[in-house]
Amino acid sequence: MNLSISIWDRNAECLPREEMRQLQLQNLQKTLTLVATKVPCYQAKFKESGFQPGDLKTLEDLSHLPFTTKEDLRVNYPYGMFAVPMREVVRIHSSSGTTGKPTVVGYTKGDIKTWTELVARFMTAAGVTEEDIVHIAFGYGLFTGAFGLHYGSEAIGASVIPISGGNTDKQLMIMQDYRSSALVCTPSYGLTLADRMEKQGIDPNSLALKFGLFGAEPWSEQMRIELERRLGIIATDNYGLSEIMGPGVAGECLYKQGMHLAEDHFLAEIIDPDTGVVLPEGSVGELVLTSLTKQAFPMIRYRTRDITRLHYETCECGRTLARMEKTRGRTDDMLIIKGVNVFPTQIEEVLFQIEGCEPHYQLIVDRENNMDSLEVQVEVNEHIFFDEMKQQRQFVVQAEKRLATVLGVSAKVKLVEPQSIKRHEGKAIRVIDRRTR
Amino acid sequence: MKVEQISIFIENKSGRLADVTGVLAESGINIRALSLADTSDFGILRLIVNDSKKALKVLREQRFTVSITDVIGIEVPDSPGGLTSLLQILDQNNVNVEYMYAFAEFSGDNAIIIFRFDNVDEAIAALSSHGIKILPSERITSI
Repeated sequence: MNLSISIWDRNAECLPREEMRQLQLQNLQKTLTLVATKVPCYQAKFKESGFQPGDLKTLEDLSHLPFTTKEDLRVNYPYGMFAVPMREVVRIHSSSGTTGKPTVVGYTKGDIKTWTELVARFMTAAGVTEEDIVHIAFGYGLFTGAFGLHYGSEAIGASVIPISGGNTDKQLMIMQDYRSSALVCTPSYGLTLADRMEKQGIDPNSLALKFGLFGAEPWSEQMRIELERRLGIIATDNYGLSEIMGPGVAGECLYKQGMHLAEDHFLAEIIDPDTGVVLPEGSVGELVLTSLTKQAFPMIRYRTRDITRLHYETCECGRTLARMEKTRGRTDDMLIIKGVNVFPTQIEEVLFQIEGCEPHYQLIVDRENNMDSLEVQVEVNEHIFFDEMKQQRQFVVQAEKRLATVLGVSAKVKLVEPQSIKRHEGKAIRVIDRRTR
Repeated sequence: MKVEQISIFIENKSGRLADVTGVLAESGINIRALSLADTSDFGILRLIVNDSKKALKVLREQRFTVSITDVIGIEVPDSPGGLTSLLQILDQNNVNVEYMYAFAEFSGDNAIIIFRFDNVDEAIAALSSHGIKILPSERITSI
């Protein structure tokens, strides 16, 4: 395969491995010193482990430090993990959390600059140039997706259409009229657009679309084939999480041989999720990331819960950065529905808050018309059973409203008969995910 | 005067109605009147039976979700406007009908309709004062 390859930051992206490790070590030492002086949570971790920033002689020494988890972020909600005073923070983003409280992250001016650069890198790798018109159909808001891609596009010099999410017909009209050439959205929304195009008789070849940059949801190779065929594009995957930075942590090039991880800014480890032991190169395990250059919200050994594998051989495109395989799933039972993190425990909490409701429940996640759907099946009991349909319906509507508020994504509540949810060795099976991975 | 009605939660899937009636049949319970309110997902089956205590017991044993509600049975003239005049009395007395359903049987020249009101006692008082005949519960369960 011979593709025309463009590299945004050749110095960084093609740095020889040994130099990369040197750079990582220097920046890791700086980051550890920063958090040891500014962030109480990390001060406690250093104390607990008996390891001090000065003890770090090699990258491998990092394994002496404990992990940082979502729970640390929750305990330190909202600003407890920030390493700079608020006057230096220019942006706040957040993502949904396990207990209804979101995770709050902050950026300095410098962090936004880094973020912009890293998104420009993967967008360039995915084929976007200054000639492109980038159609950003991620929701603009607290979620990091839209802003990250927005900054990256502008840095490249492409024209941005910040259309945001929703209103599929309007998306298609703008796509046709404004000649959008690069589509940015979740893979499931990409298929929704394709469906609507077919319905309206729009020929994908009549559009200017060339590239699709999909992220914020796990998706399969099968889905890539479908997206490419039905939208007439080259589809690439990209990866990020708000705790680390947002999109830009890793992204595929046109060779689609894994997502190039921005190792000059993030140090990656693969661990055994059960024992926490660092696994040898080439192993499948949980991705753990440490930020190397972040100012406002440094993260040390953050457990992403994403299962993947890293490849270190130089890519055909010339980049030496490690390549991360598509994520294979999550170590915990967190679900990503329409790009939003959903935990079964959140749903449980909502149900328990409703008077008299201590239910057996099950989550059915499916993909209908290429959009994720969440159905919460609740076993009815005499406390939540009403003789009057009006009251019974009201119960359902109330539960759905509360779920939507807490989860940030809509859920259908379906009442089912007692004992109809299958138990496995006495325990109800909480999640049935029918989406293809 | 009040009649005990049994309500049963059933999922909207084939065979469930037959499961309920089967349980009752096995216990020798006779269904006097029946109404089914449903949505696409679930339904509420309401029954008047000859032995509500026993029906409640056997249904619970079979893990159905059940409840008991007080309703009243009223004789309505079997002629045009018969129901209207009755409903007008209720309206004038600010009693709301939550739901109602008719008996298949007749009582002489009158139809029998089962009513669920938001306030059963007020409804009884209002109807009685207008000379509307409310059927004794024994009458209804033994039809």
